[in-house]
Amino acid sequence: MKWLALFIVCLFVAFLFYVEVDMPAYGDPQAPANLHVSPYYIQRSLQDTETPNIVTAILADYRAYDTLGETIVIFTAGLACILLLWRSKRDDSKVQRPHC
Amino acid sequence: MIAKYRDLIVSLACRLMVPFMFLFGFYVTMFGHYGPGGGFQGGTIMASGVILLRLSLGRQATIKKFPLELGHIVGVIGLLIYSATGLISILAGGEYLNYAYLPIPGMSGAERQHLGILFVEIGVALGVFGVLLSIFDSLTKEG
Repeated sequence: MKWLALFIVCLFVAFLFYVEVDMPAYGDPQAPANLHVSPYYIQRSLQDTETPNIVTAILADYRAYDTLGETIVIFTAGLACILLLWRSKRDDSKVQRPHC
Repeated sequence: MIAKYRDLIVSLACRLMVPFMFLFGFYVTMFGHYGPGGGFQGGTIMASGVILLRLSLGRQATIKKFPLELGHIVGVIGLLIYSATGLISILAGGEYLNYAYLPIPGMSGAERQHLGILFVEIGVALGVFGVLLSIFDSLTKEG
């Protein structure tokens, strides 16, 4: 079983090396990832939002919904910490703890 | 319980640094429009100011100015500011979080977007500040 897993991993690595040759160069302006919405943001973000920082314009305006989700994730993490670790003395007196 | 750090130099240096940390956190939050920065970073810097005070001066000395419930309340307020900005743009006739519909008279759409980004960044900063502070307080709470 271990050798089968190793074989599959080696096969996948060889496949990735084979595919990697066809990847566009790093930062290539003609790459498909740079042709879809990036030119729109670069051309229009200052005009649309009057914000010189394109990153902020994307983060808080075009993709504000994602940022709301990120904030909710952080808030949920904090909420879990509080719920797990925050106990008042009154609650502790009611709970009978086992002696150990 | 975090006790006071028994060293005059350390406690005095921390006390002197904290106002500037708050100012820098505020600056980073507000400067997100023009340079690197934004709500997440600014909120983290402001929270680290309070945490530094708690570590150096001890909990008893800082609990009056920064009560233990401060983190919870400020975190909720920050998240509410963010979602309220979205809801107000719905009520004014736009999509959720489309700041161009914020009901602010005498402003063009782009200026409203600019202001909406600022509201959202402030909300994120308050939220991150409150959450980090309440995580620290709940980790170091005793009894």
